[in-house]
Amino acid sequence: MSHFEQELADLKDTLLRMASLAKDVVNKSVKALIERDDELARAVKEEDNAIDELEILVDEKSVLLLSKAPLANDLRLITVALKTSHDLERVGDEATTIARRAIELGKEPQLKDYIDIPRMTNMAMEMLDDALDAFVTADVNKAKAIVPRDKEVDALNKQMQRELAGYMVEDPKNITRCLHLMTISKSLERVADHAKNIAEEVVFLYEGRDIRHAANLGTDQQS
Amino acid sequence: MSEPQATTPMTRPTVQNRETETDADADADAVAPLIEVEGLSLHYGDAQALKNISVSIREKVVTAFIGPSGCGKSTLLRCFNRMNDLIDNVRIEGRVAIGGEDIHGPGVDPIELRKQVGMVFQRSNPFPKSIHENIAYALRLHGMRDKDALDQAIETSLKQAALWDEVKDRLHTSALGLSGGQQQRLCIARAIAIKPSILLMDEPASALDPIATARIEDLALELKNDFTIVIVTHNMQQAARISDDTAFFYLGELIEFNATSRIFTNPSHKQTEDYVTGRFG
Repeated sequence: MSHFEQELADLKDTLLRMASLAKDVVNKSVKALIERDDELARAVKEEDNAIDELEILVDEKSVLLLSKAPLANDLRLITVALKTSHDLERVGDEATTIARRAIELGKEPQLKDYIDIPRMTNMAMEMLDDALDAFVTADVNKAKAIVPRDKEVDALNKQMQRELAGYMVEDPKNITRCLHLMTISKSLERVADHAKNIAEEVVFLYEGRDIRHAANLGTDQQS
Repeated sequence: MSEPQATTPMTRPTVQNRETETDADADADAVAPLIEVEGLSLHYGDAQALKNISVSIREKVVTAFIGPSGCGKSTLLRCFNRMNDLIDNVRIEGRVAIGGEDIHGPGVDPIELRKQVGMVFQRSNPFPKSIHENIAYALRLHGMRDKDALDQAIETSLKQAALWDEVKDRLHTSALGLSGGQQQRLCIARAIAIKPSILLMDEPASALDPIATARIEDLALELKNDFTIVIVTHNMQQAARISDDTAFFYLGELIEFNATSRIFTNPSHKQTEDYVTGRFG
């Protein structure tokens, strides 16, 4: 392996370390919500700082590698790393939002059983897992299959928003808790969006084809 | 060749079958081919340097030839103005047409051909004469005698070669007193003074520092408004910066010919990918 290839491998490793932390904080933040565990919620914030540091590290490494004028798949890997690091950093941010809201919700009795939130979490986490797996194994088909799953998470979020609006109409005392839960639901929906973004980046990385906004732009064709 | 079958669809990468993806590329496709190579093979004695090359080079764009040393890119470049005629023991099969005319046709005078197809080499080669005389010599050789016309043509070509401002006060001093980059631009001025339609550049910046290189690259981009440029380069980034189309050669074969944007971001062939990323070559 050349020195340059070693540096590219390091970049990939850093990105995967970041991904593993991002998954961890989302899982912890939802666990903190369900188990009403303030301490765990506060730990999420700490871990998010580590993700932020890794984002800066990935970006620094990427810019340094770009200065060496890479081409073709090397060039694509670096641009993908820059974008993916941003997506993962945002996943970390969503987890801190969930954790903050979990702490607030912990101050009041639980509004209802949490059924859809763990479901959304699982769906989003599976999407993220698959996107990272596709990245590591260069499995473009796996990456492509992630994209439509985002719609299912969107639908679940919409359902949550409607249901919570119902609770608010029912009793104004529910409003604060409902708003917290609406934010959490929206955050999980955003996590799935970031997983979808990463999946699209993986397709670009290995196929050199941009599938983003394909339906809207009418660009969803084989080159 | 690990992918011999890969060359089959690529041996005739005409303007029509270049794989293009963007609107910009589609627009570029409207440009007509100026140089058409069909089934070109070249042997130096027993050694085959070019193997059944077919390629269409578009008018007024910059086409880069890339590939490891010995891949045949310079040999092909030298076919375009029949420079290989000057080497003993060369055998050429196939057809090279410029503007539709076979350059090996019976009525073709190689001297006239070279007037139409100018060339700039890796090492600048100004004559050991004044700057003025370097260009005047080429013009006189092609029949220009009138002093005013000569002066005008020299000024025009030096301006086109982005050298005029640096040398206008010392036109009658020795060309050998110029810097390497200036000498190379003088050679370009000399080549374009006689108004060729094609300018061949064989690693024109490989002996220059980055600033002089940048000037040559800028110049190539300016000159493509008036000339069809084919450049051989070992510098991938240079090819990426200045060329519209890129052809990758390996062991005498044309492996891939495509829009430069495609070659350097997402080449179709693994060998191209491996070469442009420095994995082999």
